[in-house]
Amino acid sequence: MSAVKVFVSRDTTALALGAETTARAIGDEAKKRGIEIELVRNGSRGMFWLEPLVEVVAPTGRIAYGPVKAMDVASLFDANFGQGGMHALRIGAVEDQPWFKNQNRLCFARVGITDPHSVDDYIAHGGYAGLRNALPMVGADIVKAVTDAGLRGRGGAAFPTGIKWNTVLGVQADQKYVVCNADEGDSGTFSDRMLMEGDPLCLVEGMTIAGAAVGATQGYIYLRSEYPHAYRALNAAIANAYAAGWLGQNIRGSEVSFDLEVRLGAGAYICGEETSLLDSLEGKRGQVRFKPPLPAIKGLFGKPTVINNVISFASVPIILEKGAEFYRDYGVGRSRGTLPIQLAGNLKRTGLVEKAFGVTLRELLYDYGGGSLSGRPIRSVQVGGPLGAYMPDSQFDTVLDYEAFAAIGAMLGHGGIVAFDDTVDMLEQARYAMEFCAVESCGKCTPCRIGSTRGVEVIDRIRANIEREKNLATLDDLCNTMRFGSLCALGGLTPDPVVSALKYFAEDFV
Amino acid sequence: MKPAKKIDAVVTAGSSPHRDPPLPAAMRDAVMHAIEANRTKPGALLPILHAVQDALRYVPSESLALIARELNLTRAEVHGVVTFYHHFRSTPPGRVVVQICRAEACQALGARALEAHAKQTLGIDFHETTSDGAVTLEPVYCLGNCGCGPSVLVGHDELHARVTPAVFDELVKTARVAA
Repeated sequence: MSAVKVFVSRDTTALALGAETTARAIGDEAKKRGIEIELVRNGSRGMFWLEPLVEVVAPTGRIAYGPVKAMDVASLFDANFGQGGMHALRIGAVEDQPWFKNQNRLCFARVGITDPHSVDDYIAHGGYAGLRNALPMVGADIVKAVTDAGLRGRGGAAFPTGIKWNTVLGVQADQKYVVCNADEGDSGTFSDRMLMEGDPLCLVEGMTIAGAAVGATQGYIYLRSEYPHAYRALNAAIANAYAAGWLGQNIRGSEVSFDLEVRLGAGAYICGEETSLLDSLEGKRGQVRFKPPLPAIKGLFGKPTVINNVISFASVPIILEKGAEFYRDYGVGRSRGTLPIQLAGNLKRTGLVEKAFGVTLRELLYDYGGGSLSGRPIRSVQVGGPLGAYMPDSQFDTVLDYEAFAAIGAMLGHGGIVAFDDTVDMLEQARYAMEFCAVESCGKCTPCRIGSTRGVEVIDRIRANIEREKNLATLDDLCNTMRFGSLCALGGLTPDPVVSALKYFAEDFV
Repeated sequence: MKPAKKIDAVVTAGSSPHRDPPLPAAMRDAVMHAIEANRTKPGALLPILHAVQDALRYVPSESLALIARELNLTRAEVHGVVTFYHHFRSTPPGRVVVQICRAEACQALGARALEAHAKQTLGIDFHETTSDGAVTLEPVYCLGNCGCGPSVLVGHDELHARVTPAVFDELVKTARVAA
């Protein structure tokens, strides 16, 4: 009998919930019982309440058990879990779970299924089909496919990816670069991390396609230093891609050459802003640059540079594999395709839900999220990271669509949703927004650098009931100065959580 | 005669002497190793600083002039980069570094109370080290574990989810023994 394949995730959240101990216990127990198993450390399926999730390839297909603690392992063996045996923790097939089966997993098609380091496994599950199609194409046709698919930057700004690429394609230069912004610093977001840990080759493929499209031969992934597991996964995947001829000179015998390196950030939120990121990659303080010139024209080391978020690049392979139309058919309005949504904060079922644009916030919070973890009413959600507005229940029927969010002064951003129950103090949340801006400001422009510190002080005076009306007026004035006077989105959007908290939760400011 | 006023030397690329005390030989070797392993990379400074901190647990101020000279930068430029990034530390930390996530998703699950508990039980504020040199407490703004907060990172990559004050005390106890 051949070895039973057992999957235990090496995803950061799974590990934080004890996956390493579970994996070790399974290995030990198998040895003790003389049972041969093949342990694969995969990414996470994104159902965090079931982590550590254990999957086996049983004769009837993949069967999941979870959450499996080390102390459950012996009883799993007793239940003959390798054959899909019955057990209190048996979930069945992940694909049959209501939470999972209505998702549209395009980007995350392989995450949690394959061995993240293995090129063979990647290809066996449809990987590199996009690049195979792209290699013989001229750059302009690749760019056209991305443009026609309607893909917009998934980092948060939602700028059309194809237009960015077209600008870089149109500039003559001796060297061009492709840079991935993997500085996923927004609280409530982890889709970049999950993709890089669970299917790093998808990012590698997307960046290689970008290189082929615009004529860039060098790529960098700028990864935040808080993601050590993603760092290891990316480096292992890149080494294997080189060994298999999917990176380097004349990829698979084509004219396309592309080198790729991972660089670590150093704990600066501002380096998620693309021009700060470029300065940081150049070995400098990560300070925001004036625009223009655009990075597409003068980017890394002054050369034309495609700079996109992880999920933007990871959406490209399927566009090149199945065509622009296939991707464009998902979504609503001008928000085309799918968005990996991250459910975070005070929710029962947190994790990753990839859906076509158009789902409502309420469906995500209650149908997928299961309501609050604490069992108390959800009072507010913050979407789009620390610069996103706080939304009240009356806005929960908003559909996930860049324009629908913008219309109510909110921001979809990178698709992170953080839920708070009714114990939240919204004045404290507004104060924290200013405090965070003060901690993370790069210091280049005054509204952000000084305004954020003054913001904390003014909110403290409101809390202390010192010249209340006067200080509320000052806060309003300060928010306007930051919004319209800051150089980048950090200072420019910090007022959004503050103003929305004031507007929708005024009772917390008395 | 009045003693001459001491003027700090301005250290520019390649110039010496500088005001820093000399680097102990072992540290110097580690710094030179970090430089040699990375110097040909475009934008080498961050990779070098990471390698120095990985080896020494901090970036000694005595090493800045050396790094500057080898990269043809000014000491001020290197100092500016080291101090810009939260990750790089200019003094050695305690035997174990404990980082508590302060960001919103963790706040929604009690991170504010956890932060207060940690400061109180350890008797230190953020960026400080307990008097026995065992634990340094740092804030961190998101560890990417936003679905299962509050999150606490012990050391380089030992991440813990759903950390209550009681779990925190256990983690610190274990870390102290191991440190």
